[in-house]
Amino acid sequence: MQFDQLLQYSLSGLSTGAIYALIGIGFSIIYNATGIINFAQGEFVMLGGMFTLLFLETFKLPLWAAIPCAIAASTVAGMLFERLAIRPLRQPTPINLVIITIGGSILIRGLSMLAWGKDTHAIPPFSGDDPISIAGATILPQHLWILAITILIVFVNRFYFYHTISGKAMRACSYNRRAAGLVGIDVRRMVLFSFIISSAMGAVAGIIVAPLTMTAYDVGVMLGLKGFCAAIIGGMSSGMATVVGGLLLGVLESLGAGLISSGYKDAIAFIILLLILFIRPQGLFGKAESERV
Amino acid sequence: MSRDLLKFLAFAVLVLLAPLYFKGGYLMNVLVFVGIHTMLAIGLNLLLGYAGQISLGHAGFFGMGAYLSGILTATYAWNPWLAMPLAALLVGALAFMIGFPILKLKGHYLAMATLGMGIIIYIVFNETIDLTGGPSGLSGIPSLSIGTFTFDSDVKNYYLIWSITLGTILLTLNLANSRVGRALRAVHDSEVAARVVGVNARLLKVQIFALSAVISSVAGSLYAHTMTFVAPASFGFNFSVELLTMVVIGGLGSIYGSFLGAALLTLLPEFLRAAHDYDIIIYGGLLMLMVMFMPGGLVRGIPDLFRMLVKGRGGDGHA
Repeated sequence: MQFDQLLQYSLSGLSTGAIYALIGIGFSIIYNATGIINFAQGEFVMLGGMFTLLFLETFKLPLWAAIPCAIAASTVAGMLFERLAIRPLRQPTPINLVIITIGGSILIRGLSMLAWGKDTHAIPPFSGDDPISIAGATILPQHLWILAITILIVFVNRFYFYHTISGKAMRACSYNRRAAGLVGIDVRRMVLFSFIISSAMGAVAGIIVAPLTMTAYDVGVMLGLKGFCAAIIGGMSSGMATVVGGLLLGVLESLGAGLISSGYKDAIAFIILLLILFIRPQGLFGKAESERV
Repeated sequence: MSRDLLKFLAFAVLVLLAPLYFKGGYLMNVLVFVGIHTMLAIGLNLLLGYAGQISLGHAGFFGMGAYLSGILTATYAWNPWLAMPLAALLVGALAFMIGFPILKLKGHYLAMATLGMGIIIYIVFNETIDLTGGPSGLSGIPSLSIGTFTFDSDVKNYYLIWSITLGTILLTLNLANSRVGRALRAVHDSEVAARVVGVNARLLKVQIFALSAVISSVAGSLYAHTMTFVAPASFGFNFSVELLTMVVIGGLGSIYGSFLGAALLTLLPEFLRAAHDYDIIIYGGLLMLMVMFMPGGLVRGIPDLFRMLVKGRGGDGHA
């Protein structure tokens, strides 16, 4: 195997991995604030791409304006989802939460199919598509956009969780919701916040990946699951561990697809998921401190 | 004997007489599928409703049964009656082996792990083209037959499938009312408490997972021989969700509820032909509404609703 080929696979793996990382962080934020695995997470990724398309083509906005509008629209969808599906639940047992978020994801997917049809759509790349060559491998400007935006979001995230009051309150909820409530944190508001942040992050991920992979009403399922794999590798952390998990997954998948078989590309992610869940459910880097129940 | 047995006999008589009413016709074919789906829903309900363990990968076990039967009979010309139990045995053994690591997980993690398992199985169906025919499917699967009698019409298939389905119902009713059933419900309510009173919760969960996979596999074999054609698209994640919807709509932990859910979800698309593509919106909406407003499913929700209405009217009369 030549070095430049390996480099090529790794580089393209890194950018898909960054997407998985963003989605994974979205999973972790909700999980840490509420204890819910939001099976609808992938749908917000899809909504990001589809809303961008809507603002671009139907409202004829330029790309720089369509993107913030799309993020805002997906975030509103995330808020509605929390208000209409999660909060009214009378018996929030894990199984009921799994079922309701699955129901929600199917509903969102179905409504998107109704609104936008089954076709695959393309979003123009942010700054042209002249390939850039690095040591014998080529990447697209969009790959750089993806990496840059991911790094930016990870830093903003870090700042929010460690240097703002509401970020600290959110962390308090993740340690102990009851105790957080006792010191005067409005836990339900934090739950809503967590849905807002993670649907916005999901939407960003969906928007920056759409110029590379196209988008359609059903892209959310796979992306969401891969994002969950990243979060599991990272031990459901909303920081660097999940980013590393995402990048690792992206690179392994890309190498596996290139060197073994592209048909089994998706299977690789799920085999990693199962192995991690079986052997190290606390994540690759975590200490076995508590049972994930 | 008991009320349960009477209920079962009444149900069986209804099922056996139904073809007289429908007199063949297109609906018979749909009712065959109601039977297959009932088996699948009961299998999943054992796991979800009784033991309280979720699976989002049961379409995989269903598919494995269908493909094993299909490949053994169509490609290797085995006797279907030999292929079916062998398929069930293999699927059960596989589920038993996966069961130990996978059922250590709980709640959301279990859901994700079973989902991953289902998707891996689905990918294998698609990629092992030499064996399964890949995405375009496997055809030429023979119909079942006994001696010279072949189950080749809808009515014959109806009686074949429903007698096996009724057998499954009887088996699961017995199981639910036995020591095992009580132990399962104990695990469902509190695994720790169940362990304390001497239930081997871990083994029990794995056994029920395997049994539920065996039931799914038999349903898969029957599906393959009824359709005489199988393709991976029938065994994807969407079908696992559809099964989950059947169980939740019917009512967790109720065998007849599973029948109700299976019947509703199989018949609904037939009546909503025009809205064919949109059935997933209906599934999604139904799932959410049921969990929010009728967490006990139709079997408990309808009597509750009825009682509420009757009481409400009674109250008005007095005022």
